[in-house]
Amino acid sequence: MAVQKLPLAKALNESLRKALETDPKVLIMGEDVGKLGGVFRVTDGLQKDFGEDRVIDTPLAESGIVGTAIGLALRGYRPVVEIQFDGFVFPAYDQIVTQLAKMHARALGKIKLPVVIRIPYGGGIGAVEHHSESPEALFAHVAGLKVVSPSNSSDAYWMLQQAIQSDDPVIFFEPKRRYWDKGEVDTEAIPGELHKARVAREGSDLTLAAYGPMVKVCLEAAAAAQEEGKSVEVLDLRSMSPIDFDAIQTSVEKTRRLVVVHEAPVFYGSGAEIAARITERCFYHLEAPVLRVGGYHAPYPPARLEEEYLPGLDRVLDAVDRSLAY
Amino acid sequence: MTVESTAARKTTRRSSGAKRTASASAGAKKSQTSEPELVQLLTPEGERVQHPEYDIDLSADELRGLYRDMVLTRRFDAEATSLQRQGELGLWASLLGQEAAQIGSARALRDDDYVFPTYREHGVAWCRGVDPANLLGMFRGVNHGGWDPNSNNFHLYTIVIGSQTLHATGYAMGVAKDGADSAVIAYFGDGASSQGDVAESFTFSAVYNAPVVFFCQNNQWAISEPTEKQTRVPLYQRAQGFGFPGVRVDGNDVLACLAVTRSALERARRGEGPTLVEAFTYRMGAHTTSDDPTKYRADEEREAWEAKDPILRLKAYLEREGNADAAFFEELEAESEALGKRVREAVRSMPDPDHMAIFENVYADGHALVDEERAQFAAYQASFAEEGN
Ligand SMILES: Cc1ncc(C[n+]2csc(CCOP(=O)(O)OP(=O)(O)O)c2C)c(N)n1
Repeated sequence: MAVQKLPLAKALNESLRKALETDPKVLIMGEDVGKLGGVFRVTDGLQKDFGEDRVIDTPLAESGIVGTAIGLALRGYRPVVEIQFDGFVFPAYDQIVTQLAKMHARALGKIKLPVVIRIPYGGGIGAVEHHSESPEALFAHVAGLKVVSPSNSSDAYWMLQQAIQSDDPVIFFEPKRRYWDKGEVDTEAIPGELHKARVAREGSDLTLAAYGPMVKVCLEAAAAAQEEGKSVEVLDLRSMSPIDFDAIQTSVEKTRRLVVVHEAPVFYGSGAEIAARITERCFYHLEAPVLRVGGYHAPYPPARLEEEYLPGLDRVLDAVDRSLAY
Repeated sequence: MTVESTAARKTTRRSSGAKRTASASAGAKKSQTSEPELVQLLTPEGERVQHPEYDIDLSADELRGLYRDMVLTRRFDAEATSLQRQGELGLWASLLGQEAAQIGSARALRDDDYVFPTYREHGVAWCRGVDPANLLGMFRGVNHGGWDPNSNNFHLYTIVIGSQTLHATGYAMGVAKDGADSAVIAYFGDGASSQGDVAESFTFSAVYNAPVVFFCQNNQWAISEPTEKQTRVPLYQRAQGFGFPGVRVDGNDVLACLAVTRSALERARRGEGPTLVEAFTYRMGAHTTSDDPTKYRADEEREAWEAKDPILRLKAYLEREGNADAAFFEELEAESEALGKRVREAVRSMPDPDHMAIFENVYADGHALVDEERAQFAAYQASFAEEGN
């Protein structure tokens, strides 16, 4: 049976297992990924089955993890590294930005850096500081990196394998608050392209574009809007670099309204890029300015305030109303 | 194993196809077979032993004080752990087992010394006079800090591993520039010793002769990874390569921790630069309340370390020397209960922050965008009130 119902974290686990089985050059690296199976158990059981040479518990040093992954990639391996939480990627940011992203270009294309960096990201789990951030724009802004984020189990399963097969460095953002959400995974399906957006729900009055953890919120908002007689289309972007602008354009040409939703701060965020491009591409189709819903220009707040900070159903619906009011 | 690796090495040295057995992981397992000596002043049985370099002389009062600190800190920690279980705290990082390392080192400090902790230094905070209830705010999720670092010379907890060692070094550089004779202490774990920041703090402190003491609590684990996954040499020996002394102390011996830290602080005050103290201790509980140590470590290990319990050890010594009577222990028991109750009540009555707190203190001088977003947020919140929700 190829179709299974799996929590998103388990789908990632199956995906890694498949990658390790398929390609002997694939390595898993990170803090606590071995015996513990990672703090979210995404690598559960992999060290037991593939050994300490393939599933490597690293010293507690993110710059070291990414820096050595670069070296391993130069030697022909395909390292998949885990950064334990979003806020802990920054010790490795130097290696990612100054080295990983640029080496292919500097080598005139003669070397490839097939490194995947998995980062559980986003809030909504009541965690302490540095455990709830959405730094995707900081990576998408850097040429040489690809940045993706699945929103459901099937994409988790397929996109991770596609990321591992990619010859480019891929920053793979995992929506940690969706780790426990179950979804169908068809392990024999023919997956969609890694950087193509997906229409998650058809609609005709307005388009909501989101990725990762916010797709579910947008689907709920679309369902709620339906009850009020509004037909909302939901696009799951899946990839933040590159962004599938064609898909957004197609949808906006139909609905004429766009609201972009993400958890990350709105200021200089991916919504800004999408708004600018779509305004350029669809100026004469738009009935309203492209609106953005996201985090504030403030540090991610303590857990007891995160419900206020994170875009929820109400804030998305409020933006839908504002857009439709133009 | 060795046969295969030798053969592989002879034939194809750099071919990616040749199999060289994992010599690193094979060797790493037994990196610390012959454990280096620890500075110890109190045996696990509570017998006082002498040390040529680090002996100290404490009054009965001081000894009881150390014991009281450890007992109350453990009580506070246990209370916080159960408050987490009851859903009052989102997370808790227990210090169980590390009381001697923390109390011993912290009681060596002067008020004008400055402390840079990680996120588990509840015993140090206690000694600095930080209200224990204040420590719980960030674990409850009502703030990211919860105290004014300058009122007790106790910096905020730092979650990003190793970062604070550089802050401590910079602060110490400032102390030296000011011509003051205070010292600075930075706490971190054995796992943190792998971070670049920690290596850089060693470099800076040595180069600038900064009056800083690096106090590494080697509690044997960094979440699921044993110390051998961080280092192939005993940690205190690292210091030598950076050009300053390192010493390993029995981290479950409060007297030795006090003596060694005091000596390192004095060295710093004399202008002789940094010292690395490795307190060899054990994390008896889980890494945090989110962690499940049964996945990676054996019960016997914990049992072996329980026999070295820092509190029982000092108790045995106090009793043996007749330095504390039954009344002292009874009073302390009552004090512990009262502390537990006070902490419990403080947490339960801790209010959730006001919504607008999101926008507070983002900048010292203000920022137009924050002002704009704050106003939008306030209007949005008010719209619910108008609807009568
Ligand atoms: C830069 C960074 N990476 C990862 C983490 C996640 N993390 C939190 S505590 C911890 C282990 C720390 O071990 P150690 O330094 O030995 O200190 P201990 O908790 O044992 O006192 C890890 C990996 C983090 N907080 N910061």
